[in-house]
Amino acid sequence: MSDLQAFRQQTRDWLEHNCPESMRQSTAGGDDMCWGGRNYKFASEDQKVWMERMAAKGWTAPDWPAEYGGGGLDKAEHKVLKEELARINARSPLDSFGIWMIGPALLKFGSEALKQQHLPPIVRGEIRWCQGYSEPGAGSDLAGLQAKGEDRGDHFIANGQKVWTSYGDKADWMFCLLRTDTEAKKQMGISLVLFDMETPGVTPKPIKLISGSSPFCETFLDDVRVEKDQVVGEINQGWTIAKYLLTHEREMIGGMGLADVGGESLGQIAAKTLGLEQGRLNNPMLRAEVATWEIDEACFALTAERVTDEVKSGQGVGATSAMLKYYGTELNKRRFETLLKITGSDGLVWEGEASNGGWLPRTWLRTKGNSIEGGTSEVQLNVIAKNILGLG
Amino acid sequence: MALVLNQEQQMLKESAQGFLAEFAPLAELRKQRDAGSQTGYADNLWAQMANMGWAAILVPEAYGGLEFGHVGMGQIVEQTGRTLTASPLFATAVLGVTAINSAASEAQKTELLGAIAAGDITTALAVDEKIHHAPAAISMTAVKQNGGYLLNGAKRFVADGSTADKLIVAARTAGEAGDIDGISLFVVDRSAAGVEVERTPMTDTRNYANIRFSNVAVAEAALLGEEGKGFAALSATLDAGNIYLAAELLGIAQESFDRTLQYLKERKQFGVLIGSFQSLQHRAADWWSQVELCKSAVLKALQAMDEGDARAPALASIAKAKLCQVTELATNEAIQMHGGIGMTDEYEIGFFIKRARPAQMMFGDNHYHTDRFAQLSGY
Repeated sequence: MSDLQAFRQQTRDWLEHNCPESMRQSTAGGDDMCWGGRNYKFASEDQKVWMERMAAKGWTAPDWPAEYGGGGLDKAEHKVLKEELARINARSPLDSFGIWMIGPALLKFGSEALKQQHLPPIVRGEIRWCQGYSEPGAGSDLAGLQAKGEDRGDHFIANGQKVWTSYGDKADWMFCLLRTDTEAKKQMGISLVLFDMETPGVTPKPIKLISGSSPFCETFLDDVRVEKDQVVGEINQGWTIAKYLLTHEREMIGGMGLADVGGESLGQIAAKTLGLEQGRLNNPMLRAEVATWEIDEACFALTAERVTDEVKSGQGVGATSAMLKYYGTELNKRRFETLLKITGSDGLVWEGEASNGGWLPRTWLRTKGNSIEGGTSEVQLNVIAKNILGLG
Repeated sequence: MALVLNQEQQMLKESAQGFLAEFAPLAELRKQRDAGSQTGYADNLWAQMANMGWAAILVPEAYGGLEFGHVGMGQIVEQTGRTLTASPLFATAVLGVTAINSAASEAQKTELLGAIAAGDITTALAVDEKIHHAPAAISMTAVKQNGGYLLNGAKRFVADGSTADKLIVAARTAGEAGDIDGISLFVVDRSAAGVEVERTPMTDTRNYANIRFSNVAVAEAALLGEEGKGFAALSATLDAGNIYLAAELLGIAQESFDRTLQYLKERKQFGVLIGSFQSLQHRAADWWSQVELCKSAVLKALQAMDEGDARAPALASIAKAKLCQVTELATNEAIQMHGGIGMTDEYEIGFFIKRARPAQMMFGDNHYHTDRFAQLSGY
């Protein structure tokens, strides 16, 4: 038996014994996912046990080095783990901006001390992170950000306002872009800093969205002390890391075009809701819309696969994350518009048990943000036009 | 299988680019058209292609072929979309080979595939009888008589129908139009008595024909496969046809994009390059993104045929539907972004739309394949 086969067998056995039954079904997203953190309330004992067991093996961050608490798996082993998790439909043990965003950035750009300090608590689900990027005056024009970090020797004093801080009211630490040199060209005077959300002067306030929920905050910074040893990379060189993280974020958001709703395709949902006549949906216009969407989705999924394969084999342009983000989010918006047409008046019910608290219309409205957050569709098209097509 | 080309496939693609640029560039199409060519391509082109081995790529080694596979052949056909090269490649080396290989007896394969691989004969597939693709709606009849069959009926929109040596014809030996059972495939000489070929020049100046069969007598050996059970082979042939049409459309979508992008970087108005206008940048970026989706759909469908993947029919419809959609966008945007010059015959950009539409229409357009995809998906 090869090492990899042995690893698969061990993994399968371990999962069989350690993944609780109730963790073997997909989540409804959002609050149903396990986010971890100091103040996190687990939805169930199973959720807690599942996170802790996986964290103990480092498998909440399977490909991070073991010295920082990660699983230390190589690419092939990581793939095996993913396949074995998918095989039993196990849900992710821990989702966090620590694992998705700041962790990878620290691994790439952070000092040894920062890695030692921050990575293990992320893996264990002890510290939940949020991102301080956008500001009221700096949305698409992110490099125009104005929140300042004033140099006080061994620390900065930060003042300003951040906005669209995902789960800012629930997070423990923030990774944040500050202007630390007001004289330099706008991209050149920015630093990426880390601070505890309990530092005096940090005030997150939830923003109520059209969906009725408040996953985002505006975060006020009033004379917040930020230690200089909490700067990631060099002072005033934070834009490079910010761009890296934006690319990362684009790829993550772009993947949304691929998620089935409750494990069912649009066609299946439509067939169940509307019924079939002689094997066909009895509404020809809707049937065409559903099929057109599914064809586009299939092409998009294949493209995500092809781009990954091209990177692996050293081919391709590599700058396709803008395209995946653009198309994936537009596709996800279309998915929910079509779902509303399938579900008719039921799909617009906002409250009550029958509608699962208005899950569909609230999620539909949430998708409108997909093509805004992480760079609007228009910004993605600009990126494609300039960086790939060479149009000035 | 990873969604990338291997080294051999990449080399074949490059060799096709080189060959087509030298012997069959777009200027050749204009030359053939202006000279009133009956075929749409130079007399020696097919012999040259056969010398390159292109006629034999899909033919199994057992019958004298190269058995190089669909992904490789797809690269050649995609390149013919860039140069708008007409040739027997599609009707003979793709459709003819697939139909014969799917349906025929050993003896028929040995005879016909060997001759195709050697570049000795060309074929055409005669299926549709109405103005829209409907492969089960066959009315043409084949009645048994004197140990053979008597064929009666009419076909239209037959690619290479006015020039091919052999016609592969779908006719009904039982049942009625709309039935899947009762369809049989026959190989008929184009020169046989009772075959009346009417050449029907179309926007792409290729050699389509409408063909009438009046009491055409063929031997029993002309039947490909089992009587009345021809639909499966026909279906497989049409799937292959649609995937290769999608590959050709991919070449058209890319070439018209590349040429238009170049134009955006050359043409000045208001004292600046028109490519500096955001309205055009965003349309170009969206178009480019759509073409990226098309590349994936075509490559996956070609791989599915090589692997005998059961999803090949659905992937064929996905690829054809998407490519019809995007090529319509591409060829229209190409003209619009070129402005007035895009409307002139002197400029080459207008040739792409004139080839794209027949290629989209053949064997089912976007609507046909979106409908078929829904059916295959169970709704």
